[in-house]
Amino acid sequence: MSFCGLKETSRALRAGKISCVELTRAYLDAAERRNPELRAFISITEDTAMRQARDADARLREGGETSELLGAPFVLKDNISTAGLRTTCASRMLENYVPIYDAAVWELLRAEGAVLIGKGNMDEFAMGSTNETSYFGGARNPRDASRVAGGSSGGVAAAVAAGLAVYGIGSDTGGSIRQPASFCGLVGLKPTYGAVSRYGLIAYASSFDQIGPIARNARDAATVFDAICRRDERDMTSRGREGVSGAMTGDVGGLRVGVAREFFENLPADIDRAVRDAASMFESAGAELVEVDFPLLKYSLPAYYILACAEASSNLGRYDGLRYGYRTEEYANLDEFIRRTRSEGFGAEVRRRILLGTYVLSAGYYDAYYNKAQKLRAAIKNDFREIFTRCDCLLTPTAPVTALPFGGALSPVETYQTDICTVPVNIVGAPAVSVPCGFDGNGLPIGMQLIGDAYREDLLLNAALAFEELTDGKYLVAPDGGM
Amino acid sequence: MKWESVIGLETHVELSTRTKIFCGCTTDFGGEPNTHCCPVCTGQPGSLPVLNRTAVEYAALAGLALGCEIHTRSIMARKHYVYPDLPKAYQTSQFDRPLCTGGGVTLSNGRRIDLTRIHIEEDAGKLVHTNSELMIDYNRGGVPLIEIVTEPDFRSAAEAVEYMERLQTTLRAIGVSDCRMQEGSMRCDVNISLRRPGDTALGVRSEVKNLNSFTAVAAAIEYEYGRQAELLEAGELVMQDTRAYDANTGATVSMRDKENADDYRYFPEPDIVPAELTRGDIERLRESLPELPESKLRRYTEELGVAESDARLLTKYRLVSEYFECAARVSGSAGATASFIVTQMFAHISTESERERWSPKADAEALGELLGLVRTGKISRETAKRAYAQMAESGGRASDFISEADMEGISAEDLARLCGQAVEENPKPAADFRAGREKALQALVGAVMRQTRGRADAKAVEAQLRDILPGD
Repeated sequence: MSFCGLKETSRALRAGKISCVELTRAYLDAAERRNPELRAFISITEDTAMRQARDADARLREGGETSELLGAPFVLKDNISTAGLRTTCASRMLENYVPIYDAAVWELLRAEGAVLIGKGNMDEFAMGSTNETSYFGGARNPRDASRVAGGSSGGVAAAVAAGLAVYGIGSDTGGSIRQPASFCGLVGLKPTYGAVSRYGLIAYASSFDQIGPIARNARDAATVFDAICRRDERDMTSRGREGVSGAMTGDVGGLRVGVAREFFENLPADIDRAVRDAASMFESAGAELVEVDFPLLKYSLPAYYILACAEASSNLGRYDGLRYGYRTEEYANLDEFIRRTRSEGFGAEVRRRILLGTYVLSAGYYDAYYNKAQKLRAAIKNDFREIFTRCDCLLTPTAPVTALPFGGALSPVETYQTDICTVPVNIVGAPAVSVPCGFDGNGLPIGMQLIGDAYREDLLLNAALAFEELTDGKYLVAPDGGM
Repeated sequence: MKWESVIGLETHVELSTRTKIFCGCTTDFGGEPNTHCCPVCTGQPGSLPVLNRTAVEYAALAGLALGCEIHTRSIMARKHYVYPDLPKAYQTSQFDRPLCTGGGVTLSNGRRIDLTRIHIEEDAGKLVHTNSELMIDYNRGGVPLIEIVTEPDFRSAAEAVEYMERLQTTLRAIGVSDCRMQEGSMRCDVNISLRRPGDTALGVRSEVKNLNSFTAVAAAIEYEYGRQAELLEAGELVMQDTRAYDANTGATVSMRDKENADDYRYFPEPDIVPAELTRGDIERLRESLPELPESKLRRYTEELGVAESDARLLTKYRLVSEYFECAARVSGSAGATASFIVTQMFAHISTESERERWSPKADAEALGELLGLVRTGKISRETAKRAYAQMAESGGRASDFISEADMEGISAEDLARLCGQAVEENPKPAADFRAGREKALQALVGAVMRQTRGRADAKAVEAQLRDILPGD
């Protein structure tokens, strides 16, 4: 059985060509075999997967109306709480942390009969763009294992691209779903802030974090999104929304696609060409290209790093070793216990962001940094409101780079700069999707980003589907895992 | 006075909502350690707070009762500090957009204490020290609190204590808190500095944290006055610091100085959407407020003719005042009913918590009937006291404990005869009274009351005896 997307998997299971137990066994075996090289998973959840597979087979035998997700193996990013299954955030701090409760998305997917293969590798506490900050060693790119899978949801993207999971669930704070999707040749959706419940998502930056799917194509992403975009009373910021799959026609006639020159400055030629070709492709299918301005783009990164680090410094204060997580062994008193626990339990990038965030919130610096960044956030929101009066979606590259070589190719600040195209989306809370649109000179995938107004996931995924159909899916990961 | 003390209070009051401020756990006091907890109130990774609407409404009610302005939109904020009883390393509170601002309380000496603000926040857990270990109980963590902050308007410990008592009475009356200082559901921080009378600038202050009784509030203020005055008189400076009060020694000790003060790094809580109350919500809450103790006090003294000292005690406890009003309606005599409750009943129902809970065996209607019989002269006060003593034991109606004989009373002839008899049988007190010792008369009154088993009206007996025994 070759590895494939949701629709094919679901059809095979329903037709009885393969049982879910057999399918799951095959995925688990592949995951065990490939993981030492790819490090896509921090944990492979064999017992859970097999139990769920048996349940799925029983439900399949019963027949009746069931979800396309029933019996399909998937990977969950390891910052999403799973009761009884360790959830590490790729940190030494939570290396042995086993949550006592389930995240909302995990509850929803389990109810649909989804089969959890494993917990996806990531940058520590989702802070990073390359997976290199993972305490367990970063995930590698299935297309070239000497390169990164991206970050922070790199393990999820690597697992899906390598055919070790049918789809995955990641989280996106500044590009953490879209960028690894683009590095691995996948479709990654960062939904509107509030569309998916964050209950059980271990927070990095609460006002930016959003959970979403990483899948092999736009239809799969839509199917998964439909299953998780529910309002949840346990998350005050959650609003949910209706499903989008039903509205996917693949027709982009009359769609106003905005292009802002600022996103194309200093772009490598092959990325620039791939995204502009995609724009022409939309135009040829009846869409209208609209030139728009986004002069505040250059302020997005500083605003993002100030606000996200401020929230992170607060969110990560709770890791003191007293109730759960890593504990230092040598200490003379409580103060030293907490200080050493945190110094030893967190990696360098996490410590850097905690320090930065603590600094920008400190008395005397608050107005100069936090307040100013909040004003920028409001101004950027205004710009987006203006942009979406003139067009229906914005077309940009997902990242100004393709998958980088593993092993510290860039300094921390250079790494931050690769988030330039994705962070504005989290600043305004808008939805965006990364869609594969080409390959660079090394044969590495290039992703384009479509950004929509709040709650226009339907429009974005439809445009993504249209592009797949216009290009005969030639940029998607091949059924054999794309190698 | 050489120095004038300038005092401000920050009072923390736990709201008596059924569930905690951000989760569904119970707010019940006590319980086995760490049994009233969940992922949210122990700050498990990934958990999220959901603001309890009732807590916001209770806080707004407190603000309305204290004359504050209630804001339609208020914002929760994170206040960061590291302590083991605070599982998220920040307390979710309010900062620059509190729910209530302004308001105030006028003291009995006519001075008004202005409130700065009332904001909502969560309580922390509790540290439990055992012989060798430090344990943490998170049962209290996440219980909703309001913090009521005053301007530095107090000038004495007595004013501070009166204000605290008034807060307690008011918040209990509107039912938003039980304000039990011994259980920690009401506690306060005192800010105090000294200056020369007539000065307008403020001196350097100290802050005494976490005072959990009125006595402690008064004692801490007195101690700080003495300590700061001594420093100032010796020409030394008061250092701004945070202090703890030790009830055993009656002294305050420094915990941390200004240099080591926490930088709370407040910022708006991103997980909680702003608390919205419409103008309509606020009006509805205002209309739902019961009569407040101050206006009750005025009504009792001015309209019902209750003695002010009695009225203060009755209005202090919501259930007592309800009991009183019902009994007074039935008896037809508010003054006598108030006096009976405060003298007879309070003598036996003597602790604060018993008075708060107020559940005497004799119900208000039965007491009203009993005192109604006194008012119409059917029975004597003494008979009423005796009957009440039995009702207090076993409940029931007044008529269950009053015989036909009690109701008959004592005829004027019998009274004259019995009084004459008492004078004859008790020559010593009789002689003493004749010699001008007023007090001796009571022995004779007592003798008559014993003889009649309390049926006689003590006032009538006394008058009769004075007739028989004219003074010199």
